[in-house]
Amino acid sequence: MTDLTVNNQTLSSSVQTQEQRQQKVRRLLLAPSLITILIIGVLPLSVVLVYSFLEPGAFGGVKWNFSTNAYVQLFFEADIFDGSLSFTTAYLEIFWRSISLAVMATLGCVLVGFPTAYFIATQPPERRNIFLFLITIPFWTNLLIRTYAMLLILRDEGVINIGLQNIGIIDQAIPLLYTEFAVSLGLIYSFLPFMVLPIYSSMEKFDFRLLEAGFDLYANRLKVLWRIIIPIAKPGIAAGCILVFIPSLGAYITPEVLGGGKSMMIGNLIYSQFGAARNWPFGAAIALILMAVVLISLMVYMRRTGDKGGLSHG
Amino acid sequence: MEQAIKIDTDNQQENSAAIKIEKKITAAIDIKNTTKVYGENTASAMVALDEVSLTINDNEFFTLLGPSGCGKTTLLRLIAGFEQPTKGEIMLFGSHLEGLPPHKRSVNTVFQQYSLFPHMTVAQNIAFGLEMLGKSKGEVNRSVSEVLALVQMEHLAQRKTDQLSGGQQQRVALARALAPHPKVLLLDEPLSALDFKLRKEMQIELKRLQNETGITFIFVTHDQEEALTMSDRIAVLQDGHIMQVGTPHEIYNHPTRRFVADFIGDINILEGELIDKDKTHGKVKLACGIEVEASLPAQSENLNKKVSVAVRPEQLSIGQVNEAGHLTGVISNLIYFGSGSHIDVTFDNGERVTVRQQSNNNGKQDFLINDAVSICFSADSFQILTD
Repeated sequence: MTDLTVNNQTLSSSVQTQEQRQQKVRRLLLAPSLITILIIGVLPLSVVLVYSFLEPGAFGGVKWNFSTNAYVQLFFEADIFDGSLSFTTAYLEIFWRSISLAVMATLGCVLVGFPTAYFIATQPPERRNIFLFLITIPFWTNLLIRTYAMLLILRDEGVINIGLQNIGIIDQAIPLLYTEFAVSLGLIYSFLPFMVLPIYSSMEKFDFRLLEAGFDLYANRLKVLWRIIIPIAKPGIAAGCILVFIPSLGAYITPEVLGGGKSMMIGNLIYSQFGAARNWPFGAAIALILMAVVLISLMVYMRRTGDKGGLSHG
Repeated sequence: MEQAIKIDTDNQQENSAAIKIEKKITAAIDIKNTTKVYGENTASAMVALDEVSLTINDNEFFTLLGPSGCGKTTLLRLIAGFEQPTKGEIMLFGSHLEGLPPHKRSVNTVFQQYSLFPHMTVAQNIAFGLEMLGKSKGEVNRSVSEVLALVQMEHLAQRKTDQLSGGQQQRVALARALAPHPKVLLLDEPLSALDFKLRKEMQIELKRLQNETGITFIFVTHDQEEALTMSDRIAVLQDGHIMQVGTPHEIYNHPTRRFVADFIGDINILEGELIDKDKTHGKVKLACGIEVEASLPAQSENLNKKVSVAVRPEQLSIGQVNEAGHLTGVISNLIYFGSGSHIDVTFDNGERVTVRQQSNNNGKQDFLINDAVSICFSADSFQILTD
């Protein structure tokens, strides 16, 4: 009897050690990726967080004194003479412009990307892959080069203006470049594939016979679109919107090349703080606030859609 | 119509005829010389329907029966408006449907794969058609609960459709199509995805729904038994042509074409020579020896002298040998199945018929293989076929 219990104990303990060993192996295998995330994700963010609460150095860098000036600066301007603070909208305008341009770019991507994705989903399977391949072609070229190509198209002596002048529709070049229009067009062009691909993946298994059921039940084309196609494609549209909105909000190259001075976005503001303006803490503070804006809007979105759509399906 | 029914209860004989006449006047669907060609003007042009004319009466359970590819689904899609006829016209209660898109036709479809909207609940699915018709919210809710009760699905109103069994999805598809009270309900092989037991249940259910709603049902199936059980009338289709239209009784007992006879049930087909005919019947000298009276098909003018006649196995029975005027032969095969037997009898000329013989009540086996027997039949058992 006692022999048996002893036996049992050794057995269970040996099982335990085996489990422990497995866990150890698992941790070891995970370690490289965990360390990588720590180095490229957590560490830089911590640096940004710390820097945002320091004072700017005279020639860039930081002075190691605690200060909340960077955050105050976003809303208030210090008077040059007496140092008194007065409310300023200068930076808020840049925030507002960034958000509205990102929203425009997102809407533009939906308007162009949804029909594109729908079209691809209606194609026979072997042809779909060709179209998806075509969608990814722009990624083969550097974003900066592509943006300069847009510049060449939009400028006064560009394809559009010269073309319209030659046809005789316009006498003088329309100023397209260095406008908010140019920036949103550039953003749409840059991020369109991020909209097309998730919408396509939500439409891929769409049962097109449902359209006939809709028509049969007295819905016209528009109602079939609103009541059947879009609700079913919604998780894809939501995922696409998130994937376009976030990088658009923080875009740097596009507003830099196509926007000129008038269409500065947050990305450019951050860059200038670490460059010419030499105010690293302020740059860091703006970057963190941008992150907070994105996080809060995502959280609001997820709470509103519950567990029905959005990221969980995208 | 109402009046006719009232009188009918007083004097059944006379007025059932009156109702029949009344029914013929109100055609729910009138299809005239309709042709449908897929891929017209291309090398792969396919004629799905060829000069089809058909009238389907109001309040009728009408079945389009035929093997796959016979054009029955195409005909349904033409009525629904998913396809446009290449030639010909279709009328719905006397008004032309030409050019009308599906959403403007007072016709609803129960699809073979149900095609329920996956992002909606059962109740939302059923409400969809009513909402599209612009009904008020109260009206929609009332109709939805009415129809849910009709198909006995009230308890599942708030379920998503992917949480339903096949039979339940079937009921929702039915309810969704019935909710807007269409003038005609089209059913495209709706029972083919169900298992045997459920299919039997739904057959009865469908028949009940048709009775209760009074809506004209056009039912497509390739299952001849299903067609016979449920229909008021059946149209048998083959290769884009209508082969025969009639009541289940007519179709089963008096098939007029070889295809219909072959397609529905078991049947014996014998060759013979037409030696005499009047308006409805012909005298046929069968190749196996004797002369029989047989019903003529409707178009009998162009009949050749050589004809085929059909007779159902259950209309034949085995008698003692050498009864006068009967067919005689030898039993070549015998399959016993309890309530009766299938007995194959081979004649001297090599032709063979199957007889469905009821088991007798003395419990003894009457016949053995190689017995010489004669075959008895009653009048009006034989039917002359055209090709």
